[in-house]
Amino acid sequence: MQMPEPDRRVIARAASIVARLREAVPAAVIDDPAETRAYECDALSAYRCPPLAVVLPATTDEVAAVLRICHDEGVPVVPRGAGTSLAGGSMPTADAVIVGLARMNAVIDTNLDDRFIRVQAGRTNLSVSGAVDGAGFFYAPDPSSQLACAIGGNIGMNSGGAHCLKYGVTTNNLLGVTVVLMDGSVVALGGPMGEAAGLDLLGVVCGSEGQLGIVTEATLRILPKPAGARPVLVGFDASETAGACVAAIIRAGVLPVAIEFMDRPCIRATEAFAGAGYPDCEALLIIEVEGTAPEIDEQLRLIRGIAEAFDPIEFRESKSEDESRRIWLGRKSAFGAMGQINDYMCLDGTIPVSTLPQVLAGIARLSGEYGLDVANVFHAGDGNMHPLILYNANTPGDLERCEALGAEILKLCVEVGGCLTGEHGVGVEKRELMSTQFTTTDLEAQMRVKDVFDPGWLLNSAKVFPLAVSASRREGIRNAA
Amino acid sequence: MRPETEEDVAQLIRTAREPLSPVGGGTRLRPGEGQGERLNVSGLAGVTLYEPAALTLVVRAGTQLDEVQRVLAAEGQMLAFEPDARPGSTIGGVVAANASGPRRVQSGACRDALIGLRYVDGQGEIVRNGGRVMKNVTGYDLVKLLAGSRGRLGVLTELSFKTAPIPPCAATLALPGLDATQAVAALTSALTGPYDVSGAAWLPGQGALIRIEGLEGSVGIRRRALSDRLAPFGEVTDGDGACWSDMIPRVAEGDLWRIVCHPSEVARLLAALPQPLALDWGGGLIWVALPSGEVPRLPQWSGHAARVTGESPLTLPAPHPVVARLNASLRERFDPRGIFASESSCKPILQKNS
Repeated sequence: MQMPEPDRRVIARAASIVARLREAVPAAVIDDPAETRAYECDALSAYRCPPLAVVLPATTDEVAAVLRICHDEGVPVVPRGAGTSLAGGSMPTADAVIVGLARMNAVIDTNLDDRFIRVQAGRTNLSVSGAVDGAGFFYAPDPSSQLACAIGGNIGMNSGGAHCLKYGVTTNNLLGVTVVLMDGSVVALGGPMGEAAGLDLLGVVCGSEGQLGIVTEATLRILPKPAGARPVLVGFDASETAGACVAAIIRAGVLPVAIEFMDRPCIRATEAFAGAGYPDCEALLIIEVEGTAPEIDEQLRLIRGIAEAFDPIEFRESKSEDESRRIWLGRKSAFGAMGQINDYMCLDGTIPVSTLPQVLAGIARLSGEYGLDVANVFHAGDGNMHPLILYNANTPGDLERCEALGAEILKLCVEVGGCLTGEHGVGVEKRELMSTQFTTTDLEAQMRVKDVFDPGWLLNSAKVFPLAVSASRREGIRNAA
Repeated sequence: MRPETEEDVAQLIRTAREPLSPVGGGTRLRPGEGQGERLNVSGLAGVTLYEPAALTLVVRAGTQLDEVQRVLAAEGQMLAFEPDARPGSTIGGVVAANASGPRRVQSGACRDALIGLRYVDGQGEIVRNGGRVMKNVTGYDLVKLLAGSRGRLGVLTELSFKTAPIPPCAATLALPGLDATQAVAALTSALTGPYDVSGAAWLPGQGALIRIEGLEGSVGIRRRALSDRLAPFGEVTDGDGACWSDMIPRVAEGDLWRIVCHPSEVARLLAALPQPLALDWGGGLIWVALPSGEVPRLPQWSGHAARVTGESPLTLPAPHPVVARLNASLRERFDPRGIFASESSCKPILQKNS
């Protein structure tokens, strides 16, 4: 993974920069190499580089003070929530200061009548729901890393989850943010209903991968918890049939809260790992519906009627909390199970649902060509695929082969009308593939937004855009300094 | 000017020497808008792609809204955000205004259903963002930035939506005895319970209106549960005659104002206003008429208010200086020649082309 050459002039001034930071936020600066190593990568752990320093502010004002200093000194800044990015979104360079949100995890305000909660952006996704669970509410986006991942990171990547078929992704559940711009100015975006006068700046900050500002506080929409939820498990003897069944359910006007898909390699691995009792079949769907018991029965009758036309080898309806838990158990432990048997790379391309059979066949062909197994587990309702490419990190050349196969699969997703990433973000991982999805003009339009928010291109700048495409902006500014 | 292709739009913009006002049907213009030479986009019409089984519609921006709704209804689908019908309204205009109806409380706004677009910027460059899939975080979300941008950043040429199935059954409960402030308490009670409410409004003479939609059995169950829950607020009656598709009032005299707020702020705001014409979004949206040119003296609140008909544009409160700077800089970057200087309050910065 190529990263820009660190700015030697910044590294040469490291001691004085750290001293200034320490003066501004005395107890929050880390520059001991033994400790900064903990920040050398995120969940894309194949690539590492310790930062110049790490700052862990406790307030928006402290974040502003840190950014003013970095702006003044021309120091690149990398924002970091919980460091769970699979795309290298918070991977630093040697001349960068990491601004970590770990200490900013407070609930600022809960308003059940107006159905929002305001939190500091370092708070974990799951603990947002946890804060309102007792009152009968929840925060809908549920990325699988929700136990660890921070709301600030969710906003940076516009994270999704298993239940977005009904509830949408982060941007659809975000009402407002407090964001610190690179020059240290603090601004509140959004408002009631997520709406503000003028342009939808909140909408473009969400999903901007920490390149426009550092989000320090977020106002999130909370929803009353449904009366209940129940999953069914449907097994099929072919992946294509499972895909066709998904399309038929959606076409029939039933909108479950989640439709998850797993293929045979994934089912086998999770069975060996978690023993959830899944049927031995080519593909299975987990379909979840919500409501009171009679409402759930009504929806499941319809879904069963549709599924039976596709000759499922099993239609397993949960009859108890425990059975529901077991149905979800395999899906939720899928990534852990794959990690048990191999190193893996998790892709995140999204495709039009109608192209599912074609893409699954294409992935199988590419998998054969590259000689690496691919297991598929994904959010089928919205076409967000998660092919897991299995490789061995200790075999020389395997990682490179895996990355090349990953790139081919993502290009296939783009070719059929989809996109490179549905919920993980571009980061450094898919940066160089952006040109397969966008023209130079398309990318230029996006970079102009960064020009407005961060004219010096100091904030997380080596991400999202192909390095060659963003080079003149990053280097032009450095040389002018 | 009435171009019929995206390339024509680009050519017209590249060669323009004076400010242009992009319009679709011109049915959602606000005070001060549409002052430049009109660039009529209604010639860019037609459905490009519709896959009901993928809940995906791609349509050219000049397509009439009622045509879009007809195409979707033929397959049992709809635009979940429920834009209000206006004769001649185009889908591009709906997006430029981020026009969103009562179902916003459940399914989100227009910008939430918009998954991709193409537009021509102020230099005549054709740009694509988003796509046709409903989960997409590839690059910046310019889709959101363009939605509701009122033609200030570019001319929309093609739009992709996530569609939704038309619910097989709907029911409306009414609490006819409630005034606007009392209604907000009832609407809040409905919206904070597990009833999946898809409309929560108040109209003078009709009182509080609460809609639920879904499968027949489910609607019946929730209807009974909600009636019980709302009984303490007043008499609960059948409100199935309510016209949810037209919740935006028209005013014969004076200026129409649109105020966005948190429901808990409604009482405080109404104390400073005449009787409202309507509340929507559980109280999150107040429609009120004021005498022409009058500026309401509102207490400090967390939302904003805009004059949507009348002589001159006005938004309250004044934006934070940094927000104002970001807005102005984005407009300058998307439209450096000031071609889309659509408001009278914004002086065009058009430079002579050499």
